Amino acid sequence: MDGISLLTITVLAVFVGFEVVSKVSSTLHTPLMSGANAIHGIILVGAIIVAGQAADPLVLAVALLAVVLATANLVGGFVVTDRMLEMFRGRRDREGPR
Amino acid sequence: MSVLDPTWTGLLYLAAAALFILALMGLNSPRTARRGNLVGAAGAAIGVITVFLSARLDNIPWILGAIAVGSAVAAPVARRVRMTQMPQLVAAFNGVGGGAAALVALLELAHTGNAWVRLAIAFTLLVGAVSFAGSAVTFAKLQELMTTRPVVFRGLPVIMAAVLLAAVGAAVAVVLTGSLPLASALLVLGLAAGVLLVLPVGGADVPIVISLLNAFTGLAVAASGLVLGNVLLLVAGTLVGASGTILTRAMAAAMGRSVAGILFGAFRGGSTAGSTAVSDRPVRSSSAEDVAVLLGYAQRVIIVPGYGLAVAQGQHTAAELAKALQLRGIQVDFAIHPVAGRMPGHMNVLLAEANVPYEELKEMTEINSEFKTADVALVVGANDVVNPAAKTSSGSPIFGMPILEVADARQVVFLKRSMRPGFAGIENELLYEPRTTLLFGDAKDSLTKVLGAVKAL
Repeated sequence: MDGISLLTITVLAVFVGFEVVSKVSSTLHTPLMSGANAIHGIILVGAIIVAGQAADPLVLAVALLAVVLATANLVGGFVVTDRMLEMFRGRRDREGPR
Repeated sequence: MSVLDPTWTGLLYLAAAALFILALMGLNSPRTARRGNLVGAAGAAIGVITVFLSARLDNIPWILGAIAVGSAVAAPVARRVRMTQMPQLVAAFNGVGGGAAALVALLELAHTGNAWVRLAIAFTLLVGAVSFAGSAVTFAKLQELMTTRPVVFRGLPVIMAAVLLAAVGAAVAVVLTGSLPLASALLVLGLAAGVLLVLPVGGADVPIVISLLNAFTGLAVAASGLVLGNVLLLVAGTLVGASGTILTRAMAAAMGRSVAGILFGAFRGGSTAGSTAVSDRPVRSSSAEDVAVLLGYAQRVIIVPGYGLAVAQGQHTAAELAKALQLRGIQVDFAIHPVAGRMPGHMNVLLAEANVPYEELKEMTEINSEFKTADVALVVGANDVVNPAAKTSSGSPIFGMPILEVADARQVVFLKRSMRPGFAGIENELLYEPRTTLLFGDAKDSLTKVLGAVKAL
């Protein structure tokens, strides 16, 4: 893809990123941070590409380390966020519909 | 194995990116937050499956094995971690993500001759390494593997400046030559910069640093998207970088601080570190029965829960005590400071876990004017968030942070483990006031004793 298209995508994504979190109450700061943390675990896709191209054993070893780290970020991030949010849901269920 | 053509690959990456945006939107409101998180996980799954189906990959068994190892390590830890230790786990996950981005960039260096791509590689290396090392120090501080107070030593600003200068030099050299040894040197300099960046940050400010490093990792992932020409990485990383920046500023604002002040405040202040010495000034220590009398014959009690309550797993006992007092016709509220605990919003998560009804949790801005009408403010395992030094002592590391005005209440009761200062390491003058009563002991034990005494009244 050419440079201008990539720049366009980046700038638009910056605005979306600013916009989606601008009105969050402090109650949800922690889960939101944790959810965003899980999302950047998508670097796993990059790690998989690099590992899939590796010809040299040393390069493969480093790439596989990157895959392990990225998977921990991605999987662990979503699981721990879900655990946090489980508690919010539990509270609403007890209160019943309002 | 290349099942998907570039059009389908692009469409699936677009779908994954859209799901990430929907996930962040969902996380905006308590009602949709959990679904939002699952939507994000679905987006991630689509992204990962797409790369397997579209790219020409060797070593697939090895890759699948590595994914299995990463999941097998992270998922059980994430599932079992106690909610009090959740901030350091988030810091750890963030750090390994930054480390992964840096490694990806390092390995891509051999595949490119383009100076712009090398620039993106240098950026990813540096920022990813800062995030990895910074998160590691954050983890150590939160886990209390090292001191939680700011670590400042003579010459730190000079060393920091030298490391950053060397890093910029190494980055320029990497862009010009594409040399792998220089790139490795840049990685090491990034690690050093990450450690030096977080060392001087005081314990109370660590949550904001986690959020900042989270944004850093996002930026590193975005840059690695440019390196690999992968739009999904670019969009997802940019989203996290941008939203993380806003979130960091919002958290800093909730504490009345600036991000620059948090990072560089300790540099300027010199001796802002406070004291760990246990003071021998006289305090009014009391028994559980006396505290029960104070509480039982009050009209209005405001409970201020802090991290000490969570560590002692005393949330349930606190909730029971509130109920027992309400049975006596006393109005009871919980006052929640936005940064009570170890992360903004952490205390809300912990009390939700203990079944405290939502309407009894009052935010700081809502309850601060009501302390004047309270007979007793019961501070359980909190210290920094009620420390008047934040208002009065301009040299204090927490100066400027909004606090809960417990001093306005007619009586203040502290349940504390000891006279040791709190996480930020600052003495609390309120402890020595004549209207302050202290009950020493583990928060849960003390609450249980007070609860028993209240029931016996």
